[in-house]
Amino acid sequence: MIVAEQKPLEDIIRMIVPYERVLILGCGTCMTVCDAGGEREVSFLHNALQLAQARSGEGAHTFSEHTVKRQCDPEFLEALGEKTADVDVILSLGCGIGVQAIAEYLPDMPVLPGVNTSFMGMTKESGVWDERCAACGECRLEDTGGICPITRCTKGILNGPCAGVKNGKCEANKDMDCAWILIYQRLERLQQLDKMRRYYPPRNFRAIPRPRRIMSKAETVTGESNG
Amino acid sequence: MANSLFEEKLSSNDFIITTEIGPPKSVDVSEVVHHIKLLKDKVDAINITDHQSSVMRFPSIGGCLLVRELGGEPILQMTCRDRNRLALQSELLLAYSRDIKNVLSLTGDSIDVGDHKDAKPVFDLDSVQLLKMIRTLESGIDMGGNELGAAPKFCIGTSVHPEADFIEPQLIKFDKKVAAGAQFFQTQGIFDLASFRRFMQYASQFDVKILAGIIVLSSAGMARYMNNNVPGIIVAQSLIDELAAVEKGKGLQKGIEIAARFIKTIREEKLCHGVHIMAVGNENIVPDILEAAELVSSSR
Repeated sequence: MIVAEQKPLEDIIRMIVPYERVLILGCGTCMTVCDAGGEREVSFLHNALQLAQARSGEGAHTFSEHTVKRQCDPEFLEALGEKTADVDVILSLGCGIGVQAIAEYLPDMPVLPGVNTSFMGMTKESGVWDERCAACGECRLEDTGGICPITRCTKGILNGPCAGVKNGKCEANKDMDCAWILIYQRLERLQQLDKMRRYYPPRNFRAIPRPRRIMSKAETVTGESNG
Repeated sequence: MANSLFEEKLSSNDFIITTEIGPPKSVDVSEVVHHIKLLKDKVDAINITDHQSSVMRFPSIGGCLLVRELGGEPILQMTCRDRNRLALQSELLLAYSRDIKNVLSLTGDSIDVGDHKDAKPVFDLDSVQLLKMIRTLESGIDMGGNELGAAPKFCIGTSVHPEADFIEPQLIKFDKKVAAGAQFFQTQGIFDLASFRRFMQYASQFDVKILAGIIVLSSAGMARYMNNNVPGIIVAQSLIDELAAVEKGKGLQKGIEIAARFIKTIREEKLCHGVHIMAVGNENIVPDILEAAELVSSSR
Protein backbone atom coordinates (compact mmCIF):
# COMPACT_ATOMS: atom_id res chain seq x y z
CA MET A 1 0.00 0.00 0.00
CA ILE A 2 0.89 3.67 -0.20
CA VAL A 3 2.12 5.14 3.06
CA ALA A 4 1.94 8.82 3.98
CA GLU A 5 2.25 11.16 6.92
CA GLN A 6 -0.08 14.04 7.67
CA LYS A 7 1.55 17.44 7.14
CA PRO A 8 2.24 19.49 10.27
CA LEU A 9 -0.83 21.43 11.38
CA GLU A 10 0.89 24.80 10.89
CA ASP A 11 1.58 23.95 7.23
CA ILE A 12 -2.07 23.06 6.72
CA ILE A 13 -3.23 26.27 8.42
CA ARG A 14 -0.90 28.29 6.16
CA MET A 15 -2.18 26.54 3.01
CA ILE A 16 -5.85 27.20 3.69
CA VAL A 17 -5.44 30.93 4.47
CA PRO A 18 -6.83 32.16 1.10
CA TYR A 19 -9.95 29.99 1.30
CA GLU A 20 -13.07 30.30 3.44
CA ARG A 21 -15.05 27.08 3.06
CA VAL A 22 -12.79 24.03 3.38
CA LEU A 23 -13.83 20.44 2.67
CA ILE A 24 -11.49 18.01 4.42
CA LEU A 25 -11.58 14.93 2.26
CA GLY A 26 -10.35 11.57 3.47
CA CYS A 27 -9.53 8.41 1.58
CA GLY A 28 -10.88 5.05 2.64
CA THR A 29 -8.07 2.90 1.27
CA CYS A 30 -4.31 3.21 1.87
CA MET A 31 -4.56 6.47 3.86
CA THR A 32 -6.98 4.82 6.25
CA VAL A 33 -4.70 1.84 6.79
CA CYS A 34 -1.62 3.99 7.44
CA ASP A 35 -3.48 6.32 9.83
CA ALA A 36 -2.72 9.39 7.70
CA GLY A 37 -6.03 10.32 6.11
CA GLY A 38 -8.98 8.04 6.80
CA GLU A 39 -12.31 8.94 8.34
CA ARG A 40 -10.79 9.07 11.82
CA GLU A 41 -7.92 11.39 10.84
CA VAL A 42 -10.33 13.62 8.89
CA SER A 43 -12.39 14.05 12.03
CA PHE A 44 -9.29 14.71 14.21
CA LEU A 45 -7.97 17.28 11.73
CA HIS A 46 -11.39 18.95 11.53
CA ASN A 47 -11.39 19.39 15.32
CA ALA A 48 -7.77 20.53 15.39
CA LEU A 49 -8.33 23.19 12.72
CA GLN A 50 -11.46 24.49 14.48
CA LEU A 51 -9.67 24.61 17.79
CA ALA A 52 -6.64 26.39 16.29
CA GLN A 53 -8.91 28.97 14.68
CA ALA A 54 -10.80 29.58 17.91
CA ARG A 55 -7.58 29.93 19.91
CA SER A 56 -5.84 32.26 17.49
CA GLY A 57 -8.88 34.38 16.87
CA GLU A 58 -7.67 34.60 13.27
CA GLY A 59 -9.37 33.25 10.18
CA ALA A 60 -13.02 32.75 9.38
CA HIS A 61 -12.93 29.29 7.89
CA THR A 62 -15.88 26.94 7.89
CA PHE A 63 -15.01 23.27 7.69
CA SER A 64 -16.85 20.25 6.41
CA GLU A 65 -15.64 16.67 6.20
CA HIS A 66 -16.17 13.63 4.05
CA THR A 67 -14.32 10.43 3.15
CA VAL A 68 -14.56 8.57 -0.14
CA LYS A 69 -13.70 4.94 -0.70
CA ARG A 70 -10.75 5.76 -2.98
CA GLN A 71 -9.63 9.19 -4.16
CA CYS A 72 -7.50 7.75 -6.95
CA ASP A 73 -10.49 6.31 -8.78
CA PRO A 74 -12.87 8.66 -10.69
CA GLU A 75 -15.67 6.16 -10.08
CA PHE A 76 -15.54 6.90 -6.37
CA LEU A 77 -15.17 10.65 -6.89
CA GLU A 78 -18.60 10.68 -8.51
CA ALA A 79 -19.94 9.95 -5.05
CA LEU A 80 -18.73 13.41 -3.96
CA GLY A 81 -21.78 14.88 -5.72
CA GLU A 82 -23.13 17.90 -3.88
CA LYS A 83 -20.44 17.77 -1.18
CA THR A 84 -18.28 20.12 -3.22
CA ALA A 85 -21.05 22.56 -4.20
CA ASP A 86 -20.53 25.02 -1.36
CA VAL A 87 -16.80 24.80 -0.75
CA ASP A 88 -13.87 26.97 -1.88
CA VAL A 89 -11.15 24.39 -1.55
CA ILE A 90 -10.66 20.68 -0.98
CA LEU A 91 -8.04 19.73 1.59
CA SER A 92 -7.28 16.19 0.50
CA LEU A 93 -5.94 13.64 2.92
CA GLY A 94 -5.46 11.29 0.01
CA CYS A 95 -1.98 10.43 -1.30
CA GLY A 96 -0.44 12.46 -4.09
CA ILE A 97 -2.40 10.40 -6.59
CA GLY A 98 -5.68 11.20 -4.85
CA VAL A 99 -4.91 14.93 -4.89
CA GLN A 100 -4.20 14.80 -8.62
CA ALA A 101 -7.22 12.65 -9.39
CA ILE A 102 -9.42 15.27 -7.71
CA ALA A 103 -7.67 18.09 -9.57
CA GLU A 104 -8.39 16.31 -12.86
CA TYR A 105 -11.94 15.46 -11.89
CA LEU A 106 -12.82 18.98 -10.68
CA PRO A 107 -10.95 21.37 -12.99
CA ASP A 108 -12.31 24.53 -11.28
CA MET A 109 -11.72 23.46 -7.71
CA PRO A 110 -8.43 24.17 -5.90
CA VAL A 111 -7.14 21.09 -4.08
CA LEU A 112 -4.49 21.06 -1.36
CA PRO A 113 -2.35 18.14 -0.18
CA GLY A 114 -2.87 17.45 3.52
CA VAL A 115 -0.35 14.59 3.66
CA ASN A 116 3.19 13.99 2.47
CA THR A 117 3.09 10.79 0.42
CA SER A 118 6.12 8.82 1.55
CA PHE A 119 6.48 5.37 0.03
CA MET A 120 5.00 2.02 -0.85
CA GLY A 121 5.35 -0.24 2.09
CA MET A 122 4.00 -2.71 4.53
CA THR A 123 2.82 -2.71 8.12
CA LYS A 124 5.74 -3.84 10.28
CA GLU A 125 3.85 -3.62 13.55
CA SER A 126 0.99 -1.50 14.81
CA GLY A 127 1.82 2.09 13.89
CA VAL A 128 5.04 1.20 12.05
CA TRP A 129 5.34 1.02 8.27
CA ASP A 130 8.42 0.08 6.28
CA GLU A 131 9.18 0.92 2.67
CA ARG A 132 9.44 -2.17 0.52
CA CYS A 133 8.99 -1.26 -3.16
CA ALA A 134 10.37 1.56 -5.31
CA ALA A 135 8.17 0.71 -8.31
CA CYS A 136 11.29 0.48 -10.47
CA GLY A 137 9.40 -1.28 -13.23
CA GLU A 138 11.88 -4.17 -13.45
CA CYS A 139 11.23 -6.49 -10.52
CA ARG A 140 14.34 -8.47 -9.59
CA LEU A 141 13.09 -10.07 -6.38
CA GLU A 142 13.53 -13.49 -7.97
CA ASP A 143 17.29 -12.95 -7.91
CA THR A 144 17.52 -11.40 -4.48
CA GLY A 145 15.63 -13.79 -2.26
CA GLY A 146 12.53 -11.61 -2.12
CA ILE A 147 14.43 -8.64 -0.62
CA CYS A 148 14.61 -5.49 -2.75
CA PRO A 149 18.07 -3.91 -3.08
CA ILE A 150 16.66 -0.93 -4.98
CA THR A 151 14.47 -0.01 -2.03
CA ARG A 152 16.37 -1.30 0.96
CA CYS A 153 19.97 -0.51 0.00
CA THR A 154 20.54 3.22 0.41
CA LYS A 155 22.68 3.15 -2.73
CA GLY A 156 20.41 0.80 -4.66
CA ILE A 157 23.42 -1.20 -5.87
CA LEU A 158 23.01 -4.54 -7.60
CA ASN A 159 26.16 -6.61 -7.17
CA GLY A 160 26.54 -7.09 -3.43
CA PRO A 161 27.28 -5.02 -0.34
CA CYS A 162 29.48 -1.96 -0.27
CA ALA A 163 32.29 -1.85 2.29
CA GLY A 164 30.37 0.45 4.60
CA VAL A 165 28.42 -2.32 6.31
CA LYS A 166 29.21 -2.84 9.99
CA ASN A 167 27.43 -5.27 12.35
CA GLY A 168 25.01 -5.95 9.51
CA LYS A 169 23.92 -2.31 9.50
CA CYS A 170 24.05 0.36 6.81
CA GLU A 171 26.68 3.12 6.84
CA ALA A 172 23.94 5.66 6.18
CA ASN A 173 21.87 4.67 9.21
CA LYS A 174 23.14 2.44 11.99
CA ASP A 175 19.58 1.31 12.81
CA MET A 176 18.96 0.07 9.28
CA ASP A 177 19.81 -3.44 8.17
CA CYS A 178 22.15 -3.77 5.20
CA ALA A 179 19.95 -5.06 2.40
CA TRP A 180 22.79 -7.07 0.91
CA ILE A 181 23.53 -8.87 4.17
CA LEU A 182 19.84 -9.78 4.38
CA ILE A 183 19.89 -10.93 0.76
CA TYR A 184 23.00 -13.05 1.37
CA GLN A 185 21.50 -14.69 4.46
CA ARG A 186 18.20 -15.42 2.75
CA LEU A 187 19.80 -16.81 -0.42
CA GLU A 188 22.06 -18.96 1.73
CA ARG A 189 19.01 -20.36 3.53
CA LEU A 190 17.33 -21.03 0.21
CA GLN A 191 20.56 -22.57 -1.12
CA GLN A 192 20.53 -20.07 -3.96
CA LEU A 193 23.79 -18.21 -3.37
CA ASP A 194 24.66 -18.72 -7.03
CA LYS A 195 22.19 -15.92 -7.69
CA MET A 196 24.36 -13.52 -5.72
CA ARG A 197 27.48 -14.64 -7.58
CA ARG A 198 25.98 -13.59 -10.91
CA TYR A 199 26.86 -10.27 -12.47
CA TYR A 200 23.95 -7.89 -12.76
CA PRO A 201 24.30 -5.19 -15.43
CA PRO A 202 23.38 -1.54 -14.88
CA ARG A 203 19.70 -0.78 -14.48
CA ASN A 204 17.65 0.22 -17.47
CA PHE A 205 16.17 3.53 -16.47
CA ARG A 206 14.12 3.51 -19.67
CA ALA A 207 11.92 1.05 -17.82
CA ILE A 208 10.65 4.09 -15.98
CA PRO A 209 9.99 6.86 -18.48
CA ARG A 210 7.97 9.25 -16.36
CA PRO A 211 5.06 9.43 -16.20
CA ARG A 212 4.34 5.77 -16.81
CA ARG A 213 1.14 4.22 -18.10
CA ILE A 214 -0.13 0.65 -18.09
CA MET A 215 -2.95 -0.39 -20.40
CA SER A 216 -4.64 -3.68 -19.69
CA LYS A 217 -7.29 -2.97 -22.33
CA ALA A 218 -5.71 -1.03 -25.14
CA GLU A 219 -9.04 -0.17 -26.74
CA THR A 220 -10.25 1.77 -23.70
CA VAL A 221 -7.66 4.50 -24.19
CA THR A 222 -7.82 6.16 -27.54
CA GLY A 223 -5.09 8.50 -28.66
CA GLU A 224 -5.00 10.47 -25.43
CA SER A 225 -1.55 11.58 -24.34
CA ASN A 226 -0.08 10.04 -21.22
CA GLY A 227 -0.62 12.18 -18.12
CA MET B 1 53.21 -3.15 -23.18
CA ALA B 2 52.09 -1.57 -19.95
CA ASN B 3 49.52 1.21 -20.11
CA SER B 4 51.19 3.19 -17.37
CA LEU B 5 54.30 3.28 -15.24
CA PHE B 6 52.21 1.99 -12.37
CA GLU B 7 50.97 -0.97 -14.41
CA GLU B 8 54.57 -1.79 -15.27
CA LYS B 9 55.42 -1.64 -11.57
CA LEU B 10 52.48 -3.91 -10.76
CA SER B 11 53.81 -6.54 -13.11
CA SER B 12 57.23 -6.47 -11.46
CA ASN B 13 57.96 -8.40 -8.30
CA ASP B 14 58.77 -5.24 -6.36
CA PHE B 15 56.94 -4.34 -3.17
CA ILE B 16 54.47 -1.67 -4.29
CA ILE B 17 53.78 1.50 -2.35
CA THR B 18 50.90 3.83 -3.05
CA THR B 19 49.44 6.62 -0.99
CA GLU B 20 46.65 9.11 -1.28
CA ILE B 21 46.06 12.81 -1.03
CA GLY B 22 42.74 14.37 -0.11
CA PRO B 23 42.15 17.57 -2.08
CA PRO B 24 40.94 20.71 -0.28
CA LYS B 25 37.59 22.43 -0.15
CA SER B 26 39.25 25.38 -1.82
CA VAL B 27 40.62 26.78 -5.05
CA ASP B 28 43.96 27.11 -3.32
CA VAL B 29 45.82 23.93 -4.18
CA SER B 30 49.20 24.92 -2.74
CA GLU B 31 49.07 22.30 -0.01
CA VAL B 32 48.21 19.54 -2.49
CA VAL B 33 51.08 20.68 -4.67
CA HIS B 34 53.36 20.56 -1.63
CA HIS B 35 52.24 17.03 -0.80
CA ILE B 36 52.62 15.83 -4.38
CA LYS B 37 56.17 17.20 -4.53
CA LEU B 38 56.93 15.60 -1.18
CA LEU B 39 55.64 12.16 -2.13
CA LYS B 40 55.87 11.67 -5.89
CA ASP B 41 59.35 10.17 -5.88
CA LYS B 42 58.84 8.14 -2.72
CA VAL B 43 55.84 6.09 -3.84
CA ASP B 44 54.80 4.27 -7.00
CA ALA B 45 51.54 6.13 -7.43
CA ILE B 46 49.38 8.72 -5.70
CA ASN B 47 45.61 8.37 -5.45
CA ILE B 48 43.63 11.58 -5.39
CA THR B 49 40.43 10.93 -3.44
CA ASP B 50 37.00 11.61 -4.93
CA HIS B 51 34.99 13.65 -2.41
CA GLN B 52 35.99 11.25 0.36
CA SER B 53 33.33 10.79 3.04
CA SER B 54 30.94 12.50 0.61
CA VAL B 55 32.40 15.90 1.45
CA MET B 56 32.47 18.34 -1.49
CA ARG B 57 36.03 19.21 -2.48
CA PHE B 58 38.39 19.90 -5.36
CA PRO B 59 37.92 16.93 -7.71
CA SER B 60 40.03 13.83 -8.11
CA ILE B 61 40.60 14.53 -11.80
CA GLY B 62 41.91 18.01 -10.93
CA GLY B 63 44.32 16.57 -8.41
CA CYS B 64 45.45 13.92 -10.91
CA LEU B 65 46.21 16.65 -13.43
CA LEU B 66 48.42 18.30 -10.81
CA VAL B 67 50.20 15.00 -10.13
CA ARG B 68 50.87 14.67 -13.85
CA GLU B 69 52.07 18.25 -14.19
CA LEU B 70 54.48 17.70 -11.32
CA GLY B 71 55.83 14.47 -12.77
CA GLY B 72 54.11 11.97 -10.48
CA GLU B 73 52.03 8.89 -11.27
CA PRO B 74 48.34 9.50 -10.52
CA ILE B 75 45.52 7.10 -9.71
CA LEU B 76 42.12 8.59 -10.47
CA GLN B 77 39.60 7.62 -7.81
CA MET B 78 36.17 7.36 -9.31
CA THR B 79 33.04 6.80 -7.24
CA CYS B 80 29.56 6.17 -8.57
CA ARG B 81 27.87 8.49 -6.09
CA ASP B 82 27.90 11.77 -7.99
CA ARG B 83 27.90 11.02 -11.72
CA ASN B 84 25.71 9.03 -14.03
CA ARG B 85 27.13 6.82 -16.79
CA LEU B 86 27.51 9.70 -19.26
CA ALA B 87 29.55 11.79 -16.82
CA LEU B 88 31.69 8.82 -15.73
CA GLN B 89 32.52 7.86 -19.30
CA SER B 90 33.34 11.40 -20.39
CA GLU B 91 35.63 11.86 -17.41
CA LEU B 92 37.48 8.69 -18.38
CA LEU B 93 37.98 10.10 -21.88
CA LEU B 94 39.35 13.29 -20.35
CA ALA B 95 41.62 11.34 -17.98
CA TYR B 96 43.13 9.19 -20.71
CA SER B 97 43.70 12.16 -23.00
CA ARG B 98 45.69 13.84 -20.18
CA ASP B 99 47.81 10.73 -19.58
CA ILE B 100 45.94 9.72 -16.44
CA LYS B 101 45.73 5.97 -17.01
CA ASN B 102 45.26 4.42 -13.59
CA VAL B 103 41.70 4.33 -12.27
CA LEU B 104 40.29 3.10 -8.98
CA SER B 105 36.62 2.10 -9.19
CA LEU B 106 34.60 2.62 -6.01
CA THR B 107 30.93 2.64 -5.13
CA GLY B 108 31.36 5.77 -3.03
CA ASP B 109 30.32 6.57 0.51
CA SER B 110 26.69 7.30 1.21
CA ILE B 111 25.55 10.90 0.74
CA ASP B 112 24.28 10.69 4.34
CA VAL B 113 27.77 10.64 5.87
CA GLY B 114 28.87 13.81 4.08
CA ASP B 115 28.31 17.56 4.11
CA HIS B 116 25.61 17.78 1.41
CA LYS B 117 23.05 15.43 2.91
CA ASP B 118 20.20 16.84 0.80
CA ALA B 119 21.92 16.00 -2.51
CA LYS B 120 20.56 13.41 -4.91
CA PRO B 121 22.59 10.19 -4.69
CA VAL B 122 23.28 8.98 -8.24
CA PHE B 123 24.59 5.38 -8.14
CA ASP B 124 23.59 4.87 -11.77
CA LEU B 125 26.33 2.20 -11.72
CA ASP B 126 27.98 0.29 -8.91
CA SER B 127 31.70 -0.40 -8.58
CA VAL B 128 31.50 -3.75 -10.43
CA GLN B 129 29.50 -2.23 -13.27
CA LEU B 130 31.99 0.66 -13.45
CA LEU B 131 34.85 -1.82 -13.89
CA LYS B 132 32.95 -3.51 -16.72
CA MET B 133 32.15 -0.15 -18.26
CA ILE B 134 35.84 0.78 -18.36
CA ARG B 135 36.67 -2.50 -20.11
CA THR B 136 33.82 -1.82 -22.55
CA LEU B 137 35.20 1.65 -23.35
CA GLU B 138 38.57 0.03 -24.00
CA SER B 139 36.94 -2.19 -26.60
CA GLY B 140 36.05 0.95 -28.49
CA ILE B 141 32.38 1.29 -27.68
CA ASP B 142 30.53 3.28 -25.06
CA MET B 143 27.70 2.06 -22.85
CA GLY B 144 25.20 3.22 -25.43
CA GLY B 145 26.76 0.83 -27.94
CA ASN B 146 28.27 3.66 -30.00
CA GLU B 147 31.77 3.54 -31.44
CA LEU B 148 34.49 5.73 -29.99
CA GLY B 149 36.77 7.59 -32.41
CA ALA B 150 39.75 6.31 -30.43
CA ALA B 151 39.61 4.06 -27.40
CA PRO B 152 41.45 4.45 -24.08
CA LYS B 153 43.35 1.74 -22.20
CA PHE B 154 43.55 1.85 -18.44
CA CYS B 155 45.14 0.08 -15.53
CA ILE B 156 42.18 -0.45 -13.24
CA GLY B 157 41.81 -1.21 -9.60
CA THR B 158 39.16 -1.22 -6.94
CA SER B 159 38.79 -1.85 -3.22
CA VAL B 160 38.03 -4.80 -1.00
CA HIS B 161 37.19 -5.06 2.71
CA PRO B 162 39.24 -7.99 4.13
CA GLU B 163 38.28 -7.22 7.74
CA ALA B 164 34.54 -6.90 7.23
CA ASP B 165 32.76 -8.41 10.22
CA PHE B 166 30.77 -10.59 7.81
CA ILE B 167 33.25 -11.54 5.12
CA GLU B 168 31.40 -13.98 2.84
CA PRO B 169 29.29 -11.42 0.94
CA GLN B 170 32.40 -9.23 0.55
CA LEU B 171 34.30 -12.16 -0.99
CA ILE B 172 31.49 -12.73 -3.49
CA LYS B 173 31.82 -9.11 -4.49
CA PHE B 174 35.61 -9.48 -4.65
CA ASP B 175 35.17 -12.39 -7.09
CA LYS B 176 32.85 -10.30 -9.23
CA LYS B 177 35.34 -7.45 -9.30
CA VAL B 178 38.11 -9.80 -10.42
CA ALA B 179 35.86 -11.20 -13.13
CA ALA B 180 34.95 -7.65 -14.21
CA GLY B 181 38.58 -6.92 -14.94
CA ALA B 182 40.15 -5.44 -11.80
CA GLN B 183 43.95 -5.71 -11.88
CA PHE B 184 44.72 -4.41 -8.42
CA PHE B 185 42.98 -3.93 -5.09
CA GLN B 186 43.69 -1.27 -2.49
CA THR B 187 42.10 -2.70 0.62
CA GLN B 188 40.15 -0.93 3.33
CA GLY B 189 42.25 -0.27 6.42
CA ILE B 190 44.02 -3.35 7.83
CA PHE B 191 44.15 -3.43 11.62
CA ASP B 192 44.24 -7.16 12.29
CA LEU B 193 46.90 -9.15 10.48
CA ALA B 194 45.35 -12.50 11.40
CA SER B 195 42.19 -11.75 9.47
CA PHE B 196 44.22 -10.21 6.65
CA ARG B 197 46.24 -13.45 6.38
CA ARG B 198 42.99 -15.41 6.10
CA PHE B 199 41.82 -13.06 3.35
CA MET B 200 45.11 -13.44 1.47
CA GLN B 201 44.85 -17.23 1.61
CA TYR B 202 41.64 -16.77 -0.35
CA ALA B 203 42.75 -13.91 -2.59
CA SER B 204 46.06 -15.43 -3.65
CA GLN B 205 44.29 -17.86 -5.98
CA PHE B 206 43.51 -14.92 -8.29
CA ASP B 207 45.90 -13.19 -10.65
CA VAL B 208 45.46 -9.74 -9.11
CA LYS B 209 47.69 -7.51 -6.99
CA ILE B 210 46.63 -6.76 -3.44
CA LEU B 211 47.84 -3.60 -1.72
CA ALA B 212 47.07 -3.62 1.99
CA GLY B 213 45.38 -0.44 3.17
CA ILE B 214 47.32 1.20 6.00
CA ILE B 215 45.43 3.94 7.80
CA VAL B 216 47.62 6.07 10.01
CA LEU B 217 46.00 6.53 13.42
CA SER B 218 46.84 9.73 15.26
CA SER B 219 45.20 9.07 18.64
CA ALA B 220 42.92 6.68 20.48
CA GLY B 221 40.14 9.27 20.11
CA MET B 222 40.60 9.39 16.35
CA ALA B 223 40.50 5.59 16.19
CA ARG B 224 37.26 5.47 18.19
CA TYR B 225 35.79 8.25 16.08
CA MET B 226 36.60 6.34 12.90
CA ASN B 227 35.07 3.17 14.31
CA ASN B 228 31.85 5.03 14.95
CA ASN B 229 31.70 7.34 11.97
CA VAL B 230 33.80 6.25 9.01
CA PRO B 231 32.18 3.64 6.77
CA GLY B 232 33.91 0.28 6.77
CA ILE B 233 36.59 1.01 9.37
CA ILE B 234 37.08 -1.41 12.24
CA VAL B 235 40.13 -0.50 14.36
CA ALA B 236 41.12 -3.37 16.65
CA GLN B 237 40.79 -2.66 20.39
CA SER B 238 44.42 -3.67 21.00
CA LEU B 239 45.56 -0.79 18.76
CA ILE B 240 43.25 1.68 20.49
CA ASP B 241 44.74 0.56 23.82
CA GLU B 242 48.24 0.96 22.45
CA LEU B 243 47.47 4.52 21.34
CA ALA B 244 45.74 5.35 24.62
CA ALA B 245 48.81 4.30 26.59
CA VAL B 246 51.13 6.97 25.15
CA GLU B 247 51.49 10.39 26.70
CA LYS B 248 49.51 13.31 25.29
CA GLY B 249 50.86 14.74 22.05
CA LYS B 250 52.68 11.53 21.15
CA GLY B 251 49.70 9.84 19.49
CA LEU B 252 50.70 10.52 15.91
CA GLN B 253 54.21 9.30 16.59
CA LYS B 254 52.72 6.07 17.92
CA GLY B 255 50.46 5.91 14.86
CA ILE B 256 53.49 6.17 12.59
CA GLU B 257 55.18 3.41 14.58
CA ILE B 258 52.12 1.14 14.28
CA ALA B 259 51.78 1.80 10.54
CA ALA B 260 55.45 1.09 9.98
CA ARG B 261 55.22 -2.12 12.02
CA PHE B 262 52.32 -3.36 9.90
CA ILE B 263 54.11 -2.49 6.67
CA LYS B 264 57.31 -4.23 7.78
CA THR B 265 55.44 -7.38 8.75
CA ILE B 266 53.45 -7.43 5.53
CA ARG B 267 56.61 -7.01 3.51
CA GLU B 268 58.75 -9.46 5.43
CA GLU B 269 56.09 -12.16 5.44
CA LYS B 270 55.26 -11.40 1.79
CA LEU B 271 51.60 -11.31 2.82
CA CYS B 272 50.61 -9.35 -0.27
CA HIS B 273 52.06 -7.29 -3.10
CA GLY B 274 52.35 -3.92 -1.43
CA VAL B 275 50.68 -1.29 0.68
CA HIS B 276 48.43 1.69 0.19
CA ILE B 277 49.09 4.30 2.89
CA MET B 278 46.18 6.51 3.93
CA ALA B 279 47.42 9.29 6.18
CA VAL B 280 43.98 10.98 6.37
CA GLY B 281 44.96 14.63 6.49
CA ASN B 282 48.53 13.95 7.66
CA GLU B 283 50.11 13.44 4.24
CA ASN B 284 53.29 15.12 5.52
CA ILE B 285 54.16 12.11 7.65
CA VAL B 286 54.10 9.51 4.86
CA PRO B 287 57.89 9.82 4.35
CA ASP B 288 58.39 9.22 8.10
CA ILE B 289 56.35 6.02 7.85
CA LEU B 290 58.34 4.83 4.86
CA GLU B 291 61.56 5.53 6.73
CA ALA B 292 60.36 3.78 9.88
CA ALA B 293 59.29 0.81 7.74
CA GLU B 294 62.77 0.80 6.14
CA LEU B 295 61.27 1.35 2.74
CA VAL B 296 63.39 4.30 1.71
CA SER B 297 65.96 2.85 -0.63
CA SER B 298 68.40 4.50 -2.95
CA SER B 299 66.14 3.63 -5.87
CA ARG B 300 63.36 5.84 -4.52
